[in-house]
Amino acid sequence: MTGTVRLPRITFWRTVFWFIMAAAVYATYVRFVDGLGSSTNLSDEFPWGIWIGFDVLCGVALAAGGFTLAATVHIFNIEKYKPIVRPAILTAFLGYLLVVVALMFDLGRPYRIWHPLIMWNPHSVMFEVGWCVTLYSTVLSLEFAPVVFERFGWRTPLRYVKAIMIPLVIAGVILSTLHQSSLGTLYLILPTKLHALWYSPMLPVMFFVSAIALGLAMTIFESWHSSRAFGRHLELPLLSSLGRVLAVLMLFYLCLRFLDLGKRGVLNLLTVGSIETYLFGLEIALLLTPTFLLFWPRVRQSPLALYLSAVMVVLGMIVNRLNVSITGMERGSGVSYIPAWTEVAVTLGIIAAGFAIFRLAVQHLPIFEEEEKDEPVSAPVYQMAGALGD
Amino acid sequence: MARAILFDSTQCVGCKACEEACATKWGNPYDEKVAAEERVSSHKLTAVRTFGEHYSRKLCMHCLEPSCASVCPVGALEKTALGPVVYDESKCMGCRYCMVACPFQVPSYEWDSRLPRVKKCDGCFERQSKGQPTACTEACPTGATICGDREELIAEARKRIAENPGQYYNHIYGLEEVGGTSVLMLSAVPFEQIGMPGGLPKDALPERTWAVLSHIPDVAGLGAVLLGGVYWITHRRDEVAKAERAEASKEKENVR
Ligand code: SF4
Ligand code: SF4
Repeated sequence: MTGTVRLPRITFWRTVFWFIMAAAVYATYVRFVDGLGSSTNLSDEFPWGIWIGFDVLCGVALAAGGFTLAATVHIFNIEKYKPIVRPAILTAFLGYLLVVVALMFDLGRPYRIWHPLIMWNPHSVMFEVGWCVTLYSTVLSLEFAPVVFERFGWRTPLRYVKAIMIPLVIAGVILSTLHQSSLGTLYLILPTKLHALWYSPMLPVMFFVSAIALGLAMTIFESWHSSRAFGRHLELPLLSSLGRVLAVLMLFYLCLRFLDLGKRGVLNLLTVGSIETYLFGLEIALLLTPTFLLFWPRVRQSPLALYLSAVMVVLGMIVNRLNVSITGMERGSGVSYIPAWTEVAVTLGIIAAGFAIFRLAVQHLPIFEEEEKDEPVSAPVYQMAGALGD
Repeated sequence: MARAILFDSTQCVGCKACEEACATKWGNPYDEKVAAEERVSSHKLTAVRTFGEHYSRKLCMHCLEPSCASVCPVGALEKTALGPVVYDESKCMGCRYCMVACPFQVPSYEWDSRLPRVKKCDGCFERQSKGQPTACTEACPTGATICGDREELIAEARKRIAENPGQYYNHIYGLEEVGGTSVLMLSAVPFEQIGMPGGLPKDALPERTWAVLSHIPDVAGLGAVLLGGVYWITHRRDEVAKAERAEASKEKENVR
């Protein structure tokens, strides 16, 4: 508490953090004691809200940096990206843990979350996603294990994990490809419900491509924040080249989107002044702007511009996932849905917890390899981590 | 022999006897307030709805290839050979994908329960497997709802339209919608006007998902080979470089 007097900015964030946490705890109580009816604005007509649309769909996509970078470094052997693999894997691991937490809130009977493992229905996308996420979380925990083993100096297990790292990474990439795209496949069965601006037989491909882009954007986003919060130097040349890859990928993705709209003959929908059109416009604007910016070397060389472009990509993709799962479904379902405060509180609580755990992990584990544990950590960081973590 | 239900809206007088029989069968409360609710919910699995002078029934259509059963990750919903789509509460984990996926927006959830279940018409599976008619059929005083073999009911529906072309809108709802359903409907007016979703595709919706899902083994196999190959190539280059370097330094030593 003493540090807070000197550091008002931290006090502010600390207050926000604890406010969110208190709200989330109360919302949790309402959810599990009074049930889904009292704690959500869901209905028979609109059974999936932001816990699925944001926490699960966006959560999984935001965690895509893990498999993208693991593949880049370990499979494609592009060594220069090595320093940012660990933070990316940490984000992915945390991301998936939090997705499971969100699912525990959303499932009507969370204690049966393991049922798909023994009660099979291979025709169900959800079944496949369940399996992939379970397996991939295991893979991620093993990919992350060396960090923990190193920290505690456990040589033997470290050797074992490193020995199977390549098959692990390959398995991780395949599992990610499958379930990232499958989150799009989830909506293929809804041609009459999902708005034509988003419903497409190409949904699985688009979800996959956009997940990779999002993973890269998140890596830039995180590196920037870590460099500021922990006074580390920013791997700018690395991130700039990542920015270029991102620009190309985004261009490919956007072309795909518009070619698909054209092929399905629904481009004329864009001239209709409906809420869907506006939100589609917002989504595309958020994705198109950084794509153009990132093709410009000056933007990629400037840490702030690079960071802001990454933020736009992240926001654009979030809007995309919400459009598919919520906005685009409202008209077809014949109802409108605005999340209840309890739904928002739980979601914010999960995000806040994610940030706090990330900080703690970076604090106590060798995540940023080059700057090993001996590096003296500046006082504000301790206070921040303390404020957020304990 | 697959069983089905034929609902003929032109014969329905809106007495709601089917609603009451259904509530009795499920042990759901039924009074005037419930009767006034014109929607299905977890305590009302069939609803008679009023559209001007026409009445129509809402209930599970018991699709021939049900979306709900196809999407359920634990196989809690199942299309029986007899016709009805049934629900096994002990498997359900409450993901509600079935509710999202149903093209007729049928399944309901017990939102206010701490241990909620999905609720939907089960086509009186138990009664029908004993050869009895569904509760709603038995209760219907006018014969607007009948049940029987699906093929025979289709023939009956065709006959009714043919004999009274002026009285019917020329379409059997459920014959082809989303690949066909085990509840068939007749109406005097287009079905959109009595609350049935129009413009449904004729293909069974689960096939759209399966077209993608069935490729998973290919993606996995191909992915493993490809990634393994890339790994081999990229690391081979390193090894070659290393070997060459070793070679070079050895030569240097030899020279010395
Ligand atoms: S109408 Fe809906 S709930 Fe009934 S079988 Fe078809 S998909 Fe399932
Ligand atoms: S809510 Fe239950 S029955 Fe419906 S899809 Fe999920 S597990 Fe299956």
